[in-house]
Amino acid sequence: MARTRYAPDRGLTVRMTATMFLLGLVFVAFVALIIGIMDAVGASAGAIVVVAILLGGGMAFTSLFYSDKIALATAGARVVSPQEAPELHGIVDRLCAMADMDKPRVAIAPTDLPNAFATGRNSKNSVLCVTQGLLRRLDGPELEGVIAHEMSHVAHKDVQVMTYASLLAIIAGLLVRMAFYGELFGGGRGRNNNQNMAIIFLAMMVVSIVVYAVSFVLIRLLSRYRELAADRSGALLTGQPSALKSALVKVSGSMSQIPTQDLRKVEPLNAFFFAPALRLTRGGGKSPSMIFSTHPSLEKRIEQLDKIQRQLGQVSPQ
Amino acid sequence: MGFLDTLFGRTKPVQPKLDDLFGLPSAAITLQASSGFTPTGSGSVCFRAVEGKTFGDIEKDVRELLDMDAGKSGGGLPVEVTKDSYGYTWLVSSHLSDEMDSLVTDLHAVNSTLVDNGFGPQLLCTLVAFRDESERRLALVYLYKRGTFYPFAPLPGERRDNALELQIRGALGDDLKIEPDLTRWFPVWGAPGL
Repeated sequence: MARTRYAPDRGLTVRMTATMFLLGLVFVAFVALIIGIMDAVGASAGAIVVVAILLGGGMAFTSLFYSDKIALATAGARVVSPQEAPELHGIVDRLCAMADMDKPRVAIAPTDLPNAFATGRNSKNSVLCVTQGLLRRLDGPELEGVIAHEMSHVAHKDVQVMTYASLLAIIAGLLVRMAFYGELFGGGRGRNNNQNMAIIFLAMMVVSIVVYAVSFVLIRLLSRYRELAADRSGALLTGQPSALKSALVKVSGSMSQIPTQDLRKVEPLNAFFFAPALRLTRGGGKSPSMIFSTHPSLEKRIEQLDKIQRQLGQVSPQ
Repeated sequence: MGFLDTLFGRTKPVQPKLDDLFGLPSAAITLQASSGFTPTGSGSVCFRAVEGKTFGDIEKDVRELLDMDAGKSGGGLPVEVTKDSYGYTWLVSSHLSDEMDSLVTDLHAVNSTLVDNGFGPQLLCTLVAFRDESERRLALVYLYKRGTFYPFAPLPGERRDNALELQIRGALGDDLKIEPDLTRWFPVWGAPGL
């Protein structure tokens, strides 16, 4: 095997594993608690749990299966042919050949917000979308950097991974809602059962709220690690970490000047975006709101790219 | 990509496959016999330059190596280096049209230097140019990451002669590994040396 300058980042792998392990742990604890509650009260509120799991699973599966169509429709984007956008297709073609990947469909969204996203349930059905604002603001190498980042998301199957990771939060969220309505309308059945059912629903609601909150924070953490991983793979693919850096600075800089009406419209797509449309932290720093952010801070991303730049510049690789 | 790589979001850069390049000389003979296309003697290697001095130094070494070679044997011109609008670097090596072997050796020297220095993943493709009597242009493009070839026949105005490309695929099927997935036959408009 040839020597390589492309060593994997062990720190990132360890942190990601830990996050996923914690998510799994929360899931197991959640199931155990629900079973425990039902057992203790000796009731069979199992139906509600099964319904929540089926419904949540169905929702997650649907959104995964139609992720490309949903995202394109939400962004108002249109798939373009190589004749319509030869430059863009040229960049994607070359990156696909370099990375030995299937070529995604290429779309352009008529938004002035400079951004890009890639989605789709698998590499065959993936679509890569850039906004008009991004095309207008970035030069060739910067655009290539952003596209390489998005293609890394496709290669890492991030849409799938994040869907599975959010499954727990979706189910927990549904249980809260169903338990709440159960509490309200549960009184219709037998009298002596009432007391028990009320306790079950209340307990379920509390457990679900806690699980929802914890898994929400963990999912966001995982999302930030996936972004860093995509930055990393993208920069290694093009060999130009600086171009990605300058794209990041440009995009984050002009992001804050966008009027709020645009932002609200774009908000649902945030998790897929190259840079979040809403920046919760200004100028980085350890703000507490950072833990709810889908993307790492600009400083963190640039710091990592600096490291890759040094790695690629080594005279004699390990 | 394995399950664990997906789980951890790490893509390993793909290492290039180099050996299949040496099938080119015999394929050129088949091509001439079956469709009248002869090599123009020029070929190029396309790679994505990595930023920084290290890669620049290696690039310079490769050029000097090939230029030295050209001077000694008397055949071939010094290599030409061009950068295309996508930011990729093309090293164009020109030989006489019957020197397919030395052309391929030159191209291979570029690959192996990059690979030896740990920059193998930066290789994109290699291209050898052909022409027939009616001056139709054709290139055989080698995809390093897949180890396969595909024909590329540009027409004026960024169109490609798909019929000719498919005909070439049929003609060379036995000599070269032709890329079976047609979506991977990406166009290289205005490639230097074509």
